[in-house]
Amino acid sequence: MKTGVFICHCGLNIGGVVDIPKVLESLSDYDSLGYVTDYRYMCSDPGQQLIKDAIRDKGLTGVVVAACSPAMHESTFRRVAEVAGLNPFRCEMANIREQCSWPHRGEPEKATEKASAIIRASLEKVRRNLELSSLSIPVTRQALVIGGGIAGMQAALDIADAGYKVTLVERLPYIGGHMAQLSETFPTLDCSQCILTPKSSEVGSHPNIDLFTNSEIHAISGYVGNFNVTIRRRTSYVNWDVCNGCGLCMEKCPVKRDSDFELGLAKTKAVSIAFPQAVPNRPVIDSEVCRHFTHGKCGVCEKVCPVGAIDFEQEDTFVDVKTGAIIVATGYDLHPKTKVGEYGYGVVKDVIDGLEFERLNSASGPTQGEIRRPSDGKIPKEIVFIQCVGSRDEENGYPYCSKICCMYTAKHARLYKHKVPDGQPYVFYMDIRAGGKGYEEFVQRTIEEEGVLYLRGRVSRVFEENGKTVVFGVDTLSNKKVEIYGDMVVLATAIIPSHGQTNLARLLKISTDEWGFLSEAHPKLRPVESLTRGIYIAGCAQAPKDIPDSVTQAGSAAAKVLALFSSDTLSHTPEVAFVDEELCRGCGLCIEACAYDARTLDVRRGLAVVNEVLCEGCGACQVACPSGATFQRNMDTAQVMSMIDAVI
Amino acid sequence: MVYSYFPGCTLRAKAKGFDSSALASCKVLGVRFLELQEWQCCGATFPLQIDNSFPLVSPARTLASAKKAGRKLVTLCSACYNVLKRTNHVLREDLDKREKVCAFIEEDYFGDVEVLHLLEILRDKIGFGSLAAKVVSSFRGLPVAAYYGCLLLRPPDEVGIDDPEAPKVLEDFLSSLQCQPVEYPYKTECCGSYVALRPGELTVSPSRLIVESAKSRGAKVIVTSCPLCQFNLDYAQSENVARGEKAVPVVYFTQLLAIALGLGEEVLQFDGHIVPPGLIFQAAGVGGVGA
Ligand SMILES: Cc1cc2nc3c(=O)[nH]c(=O)nc-3n(C[C@H](O)[C@H](O)[C@H](O)COP(=O)(O)OP(=O)(O)OC[C@H]3O[C@@H](n4cnc5c(N)ncnc54)[C@H](O)[C@@H]3O)c2cc1C
Ligand code: SF4
Repeated sequence: MKTGVFICHCGLNIGGVVDIPKVLESLSDYDSLGYVTDYRYMCSDPGQQLIKDAIRDKGLTGVVVAACSPAMHESTFRRVAEVAGLNPFRCEMANIREQCSWPHRGEPEKATEKASAIIRASLEKVRRNLELSSLSIPVTRQALVIGGGIAGMQAALDIADAGYKVTLVERLPYIGGHMAQLSETFPTLDCSQCILTPKSSEVGSHPNIDLFTNSEIHAISGYVGNFNVTIRRRTSYVNWDVCNGCGLCMEKCPVKRDSDFELGLAKTKAVSIAFPQAVPNRPVIDSEVCRHFTHGKCGVCEKVCPVGAIDFEQEDTFVDVKTGAIIVATGYDLHPKTKVGEYGYGVVKDVIDGLEFERLNSASGPTQGEIRRPSDGKIPKEIVFIQCVGSRDEENGYPYCSKICCMYTAKHARLYKHKVPDGQPYVFYMDIRAGGKGYEEFVQRTIEEEGVLYLRGRVSRVFEENGKTVVFGVDTLSNKKVEIYGDMVVLATAIIPSHGQTNLARLLKISTDEWGFLSEAHPKLRPVESLTRGIYIAGCAQAPKDIPDSVTQAGSAAAKVLALFSSDTLSHTPEVAFVDEELCRGCGLCIEACAYDARTLDVRRGLAVVNEVLCEGCGACQVACPSGATFQRNMDTAQVMSMIDAVI
Repeated sequence: MVYSYFPGCTLRAKAKGFDSSALASCKVLGVRFLELQEWQCCGATFPLQIDNSFPLVSPARTLASAKKAGRKLVTLCSACYNVLKRTNHVLREDLDKREKVCAFIEEDYFGDVEVLHLLEILRDKIGFGSLAAKVVSSFRGLPVAAYYGCLLLRPPDEVGIDDPEAPKVLEDFLSSLQCQPVEYPYKTECCGSYVALRPGELTVSPSRLIVESAKSRGAKVIVTSCPLCQFNLDYAQSENVARGEKAVPVVYFTQLLAIALGLGEEVLQFDGHIVPPGLIFQAAGVGGVGA
């Protein structure tokens, strides 16, 4: 056994704290050490070459790279070892950065001592590492995308265009997400519908895309390459295969209700298609208000439908699909204005949120694009926009910045000014965050050339008085209290994760941050992967972002899926649990201990069985097993004991 | 129901009616207030300098003496309530300050006495439903505006009596006396507070806005639980009174309570009020002072 130790300085990250010459010296008494050296950046090309050369020249049979976390570079160095002819599982990393130099920055002497100890422990481990080879898993080359907003649509199209089947599941009856509700989009002010609808119809008719709208994920099992998903298709009470979207049912239905798509600013019918360009262009009956369901009689739609598509008996259906990869693109909701007390808890009629303003401004919206206030339909002559409502406000909302509202507020103020040239828009802001191509220029133009009055300060209260919407605020640049007797107020409320996202994440076994946004595997280097292999994230489901960023992320998630699909098998680490059949009594305690459902009981043989693909190698079963029948490959009890001995 | 009672200085000087109407009403409602043996001024404002613990000494003494009495501590004045509650909070959370203050007052007190406002007792212990059942002379829909001001509600995480943006404890109280609560946007705006102690427009104008807003929405009476707010809103209408114009009486919520419970003029003590409260009696259908 000849092991080599390669100590990385990581620039000053490690080298600035740990006394590396001293560590090298401390290892000199270690027997069976084949080679010891250090280098400034071990992960760089020359660093890797150094390892390869040493393996070949010194005939090393094991390697310890003392550097950063294995999460960062284990695969890099194992590849290096493999190229040089060593079994990759004979290469281990000793983490002397995240677990040593970083936390012990102020105590270099102790850090140096600890670095030595960590390296010694790793040496002990490598000494007993088996030569393993990776497991091979078959891959179902079909993808599932959850959420049909712009992010989900883009990801689905990218995968479908590459020739693979995609199942797209959207819980609303139509695809497009929030973008379908927007009027014009910053910074170019092109119409949202015009750039969205061609994409929606492409999704709707793509031969490789199986579209499930009005549907949700009911159950999910399996693992990367082999997920089994049950989709629940909620009943629409309309047979969509027969329906031709003529709209006669909607025309004749006698029951009116608030339109969700128009955010309550307009009415629709109990049977309705959300908007004329909806994909798919099929109606849904709302059984909560439909007279057939509430009063047991009516059935007008059934009578008028020329193709007999109405089906009051229709029930939810469940569809099973197999998929190799999943992209979650479930988007966002807005912080409800009914939670904002100082701005009237949603009670003051002419206080609306940004999305409602989008609808008012939309040519196909409730006012045909004229800016008219909800209370009495008058055109507001003074309009106040308030930014950061619930965002950057730890006390009353969320500490994070919602990122897009500075931009859309500038857009709103400008669009308002175009439509009401004699009107006066005011914008209350904390500071302007317009990082993005052409964004700062857009905001500056709004401020300098469009006559929008920007006031730096917060608003303390909004209320209604004599038909006016009164705003009390402060302008911190002139240090003056500001009172505006305006006609309408638009709140840029915080972007929050879409409702139910935490439950979905639980179902998928992926993690979220404390607010419910999906967590990425690495904030910088793996931004579209979840920590569960085979599940990817895109769009506002991960964090607030604008359309270009959502599309970029969606494309990137699709590329990850395509990489996964590039082969019909994929490899899985062999460093997983195994059961010594001689010792196992079949008690089943390990099945409860396993968090990844990787254990089952073979009742016939009275043995616990490991599903190696699901096993994450966490070691919980090894601890739980009373008979000492369970081991982790390359982390067995003898190894752990010897590592402990090396440290103390 | 027996509580320790901290009246505070103003209730023994300018706001006698607040004190006497509350004590008399509580007697009717079966709530006993035992005045603390030893109390001193709460300091009237909670100190905002972070490095000055001295103003905490006086409220801390009061709190420590309530601890000795072994009962929950009730107070009426919004300012006293605010100062006592916030001092309690500091003594609970800030170990440094607690140590300093306790060393100075030579007591071992760690912020554990529960401080209550009478409104909380009416709402949570008696219940507005049971209160309504005890009303003997109803106000029969008299429109009354509740004025909260600042100190009763803020800061919400330390005071916590009600939602700071849309409080309703006073409105619910008013409803139980069969008054018609009047909604108006200024009910939690500042009245101008101590600035009133200097003559001039500075306080009169915010107070006037409050009164005008309540008036424009039909209020015939304004109730408050703060002597300084009462004074400011009342004083802001002196000219109207002098000119014989319509003015809105500004009274303590306990004065309405006492009338509703059928108590007599002797506990109301409207003497210092500028706007004569006669109208309230007409509404309640009882004869009264200054009508
Ligand atoms: C007022 C306003 C104005 C804006 N203006 C602009 C602009 O001018 N320019 C710009 O670039 N950006 C703008 N944006 C931002 C833009 O809306 C987002 O960047 C974009 O919509 C994000 O797309 P998405 O697909 O991630 O999310 P979404 O559009 O929210 O789509 C998510 C989809 O997933 C579905 N879904 C959610 N949960 C589930 C589930 N459990 N199962 C199945 N389906 C589910 C939802 O129904 C929805 O259809 C604006 C945002 C607002 C609020
Ligand atoms: S984007 Fe602008 S308005 Fe939105 S939270 Fe961030 S700073 Fe506030």
